[in-house]
Amino acid sequence: MTDAIVFALLFATYVVMSRGTAGGLTGRELFSVPRTFGETLVLLFSSATFGFATLAARACDREATVLLLLLTFILGASFVSMEIHEFHGMIAMGAGPDRSGFLSAFFTLVGTHGLHVTVGLVCILVLIGQLLYKGLNEAVGSRLFRLSLFWHFLDIVWIGIFSVVYLPGAL
Amino acid sequence: MYDASLGTGANARSYLTGLSLALVLTAIPFSLVYYKPVATNVMLLVIAVAAITQIVIHLKYFLHLSFNGTPRESLLALCFAAILILIMVGGSLWIMFDLHYRMGPLEHRPASNH
Repeated sequence: MTDAIVFALLFATYVVMSRGTAGGLTGRELFSVPRTFGETLVLLFSSATFGFATLAARACDREATVLLLLLTFILGASFVSMEIHEFHGMIAMGAGPDRSGFLSAFFTLVGTHGLHVTVGLVCILVLIGQLLYKGLNEAVGSRLFRLSLFWHFLDIVWIGIFSVVYLPGAL
Repeated sequence: MYDASLGTGANARSYLTGLSLALVLTAIPFSLVYYKPVATNVMLLVIAVAAITQIVIHLKYFLHLSFNGTPRESLLALCFAAILILIMVGGSLWIMFDLHYRMGPLEHRPASNH
């Protein structure tokens, strides 16, 4: 809930700042629709594989749970690497967060989301370790369930990001 | 095993339904923006509608939120967060755009404030 409020306010900040490009590059020149579509697909599929991991855990199938979590981790990691690549390209074009109010708000909003996904990735690794060493007991199952809530939540925030930032920005 | 009442209503079919619906609702706005077949205002409207629908789809099929299966406290917490967001985001936007309006070019300023 607190995370939802953090993201909601970052969205509000972005909407206020989005026109303040200070003569620099705008979203139309910076955002690539196919690249954002790829990021969206990767994150969406990782949300589904995490869902299937919780189903495998409920069926007490530890191997399947670990495999599905690994798949989720790979998808999540490719999302983060795509985003880092995108940020790197933007900064190389002289469109870093210090260029304009629009870019500061963009990097804060999208970067906070990317940071959350990265933290989620670390948690997935920890959870895989716990599944391997502790087995699928009640505490690990509960952690898995709560991490799945976090992961699905991040995917919902991403819907907001591409619908508020990327798609209107690319118009 | 852990408490099976957590996330009731979860099954493979619900995730597959959610995934395919989300894929369709993602493909529509992206293809619109990519090919730009209609006016900008129409595209913005479609993007907004697709986003809201997809969020509801995610809440229903991935987070298994519903009005009869979810504990009352969780729904209340969700409503509380929604109200906080409404006040803070709505208030911020109101203040900032009002400020923007008042700080704009002279001819746009309200006559009573100068």
